[in-house]
Amino acid sequence: MVTDGIAVFSHDVTKVFGRGDTQVPALRGINLKIRLGELTMLVGPSGSGKTTLLCVITGLLDATSGELVVLGQRPAELSQEELILFRRKNLGFVFQQYNLIPALTASENVAVPLLAGGVKRQQAVTRGREFLATLGMAHRANALPSELSGGEQQRVALARALVHEPTLIVCDEPTSALDGRTGHTVMELLSATAVRPDRAVIIVTHDTRIFDFAHQIAHMDDGRIVSLEEDRKNVALTRALAPASTVVSLATKRRAFPYDRRLGT
Amino acid sequence: MNFVALKMLVADRSKYFSLIFAIAFASFLLANQISIFIGIMTRPASQIQDVVDADIWVMDPQTLYSDEVYALRDYDLYRIRSVPGVEWAVPLYKGTGRAKGPDGRFRTVILMGVDDATLVGAPRKMLVGSIYGLDQPDAAIIDKAGFQYFFPGQSLQVGEALQMNDRRVLIVGISDASAPFQSFPVLHTRYSQALGFVGRERNLLSFVLAKPSAGVSIQEVCRRIEAATGLRARSAAEFSWDAFRFYMRNTGIPVNFGITVIIALIVGSVVPGQTFYIFTIENLKQFGALKAIGVTNRRIVSMILLQAMVVGATGYGLGMGMAAAFFASFLNYSPTRGIILPWQVMAGIAVVVLFVVGLASLMSIRRVLVLEPAVVFRS
Repeated sequence: MVTDGIAVFSHDVTKVFGRGDTQVPALRGINLKIRLGELTMLVGPSGSGKTTLLCVITGLLDATSGELVVLGQRPAELSQEELILFRRKNLGFVFQQYNLIPALTASENVAVPLLAGGVKRQQAVTRGREFLATLGMAHRANALPSELSGGEQQRVALARALVHEPTLIVCDEPTSALDGRTGHTVMELLSATAVRPDRAVIIVTHDTRIFDFAHQIAHMDDGRIVSLEEDRKNVALTRALAPASTVVSLATKRRAFPYDRRLGT
Repeated sequence: MNFVALKMLVADRSKYFSLIFAIAFASFLLANQISIFIGIMTRPASQIQDVVDADIWVMDPQTLYSDEVYALRDYDLYRIRSVPGVEWAVPLYKGTGRAKGPDGRFRTVILMGVDDATLVGAPRKMLVGSIYGLDQPDAAIIDKAGFQYFFPGQSLQVGEALQMNDRRVLIVGISDASAPFQSFPVLHTRYSQALGFVGRERNLLSFVLAKPSAGVSIQEVCRRIEAATGLRARSAAEFSWDAFRFYMRNTGIPVNFGITVIIALIVGSVVPGQTFYIFTIENLKQFGALKAIGVTNRRIVSMILLQAMVVGATGYGLGMGMAAAFFASFLNYSPTRGIILPWQVMAGIAVVVLFVVGLASLMSIRRVLVLEPAVVFRS
């Protein structure tokens, strides 16, 4: 159950890999709130801990310490089986490399979360086909991933993430394998279809071109959130109405962002 | 998720067919070699199995199996008949001789001399003629393979003649005798006649065939005969196993077949195992994605097992089909007659294939179970 519109609440969350002398702290006291209806981006250089944070939030990795509440549940208190069921029901994933099953058609790939939830094959595939249609992919429903362009594959992956109506969508570098134009199209689609008042979206990205789609940006480095840009709704809204140059200038207004050089922005 | 598993399996055609053919080939090789081995190793007991009237075989104590016989003395027959519990006992000659055909070709033959009065030991499966034809002078029954050797191209018929020890051998019947180990022709004649067809030795009584009285067990009668006469008495089944064991111990047959079977097992295990493992490794990202999405380990294990079972069943079916076709095509070929694909071999190979695919899938399952779903976030 989600309280106060907070999808993810993290207080002083740490994650340490290894033991003894080989310990590597990947997260060092993460404090973060992710609200429903918002698109949050985790950005930062490689090794900054953003993917680890994503894994901890989704229950794919355990936090070493700290308090983490995701959609009203504490992943640390759930058994492995409960975690799997929790992910299946509440989470939708979009991966950098799409991770579509090469043997399945687009509509069958979209149907996978439904099949995992026990929906009958025919019903699931039909639903997958319908969902693809809403993303403008009806004509490619029977195509194999190898027959699809990168943008089309990512749209199928997006459909797969959304088809079972999850409350939290997590995306790992959804545009990094795409050219700028296609990445932009995918992001427009993602923000148009995934962002809803009853749903939160988290995106891990290096891609500065898509920052203006975010309501909140957490800048990470060395396992910490070094700056947080909150309440960027006006940016997203303005983006839709204003020329691109204006959007970029608004998007770069943030409270603290000491890593411009490293990010190259 | 079953259809996802099956689609993943058949999508990579080259690996799928490699798996199928590796298992099919291994199954075929196993079925083929084991069946031929069983067929060959049961041949030494063919003449024992063909005698259906008598339950007990009595022989010299030093006779170990049916193909090498030290003859009994004639009066041993009467000693055996006098043992309490023996319903009846009759003589049987079993030996080899040389038979010459009308065109001069000759061949060593297995000569069975059955009791003149009762014809106990005569072949029961007759293709042409009757065992009662043995009442005629110089009469003998020859098996089909022998007839085809001596009279090539002729239809099966009685009235032809061979020559043994300068005596005429009149063919009065053609039997479907089980193939002997050496593939020699098998001739059945009366005991008294057989003694004339072979070179004379002082003693020619190979065996005494006996039947226990009603209510007395075969083992008990064997024990009594041995106690009373000092001879060796074996049930037909025991004597068949004696022959089998003798050939197992004293020939290279089991080693030769064993090596082939072991190679088939190794190839049949390693190739599918490795291919299936590689197949799983190549799909690890997909399995990782499925785990992240919320597919349980149990479901993924069942997907892998389903893939393994489909591969195993298809390969096994293909292998058994090939084996059945092989044996069917040689069914009427004289030298390999009697060698068949027993259902027990098919069942045994099914268990072996199950074990092989189980082993192969276990390695894959282990790899998938330890897979962290977080792997999908690594590019």
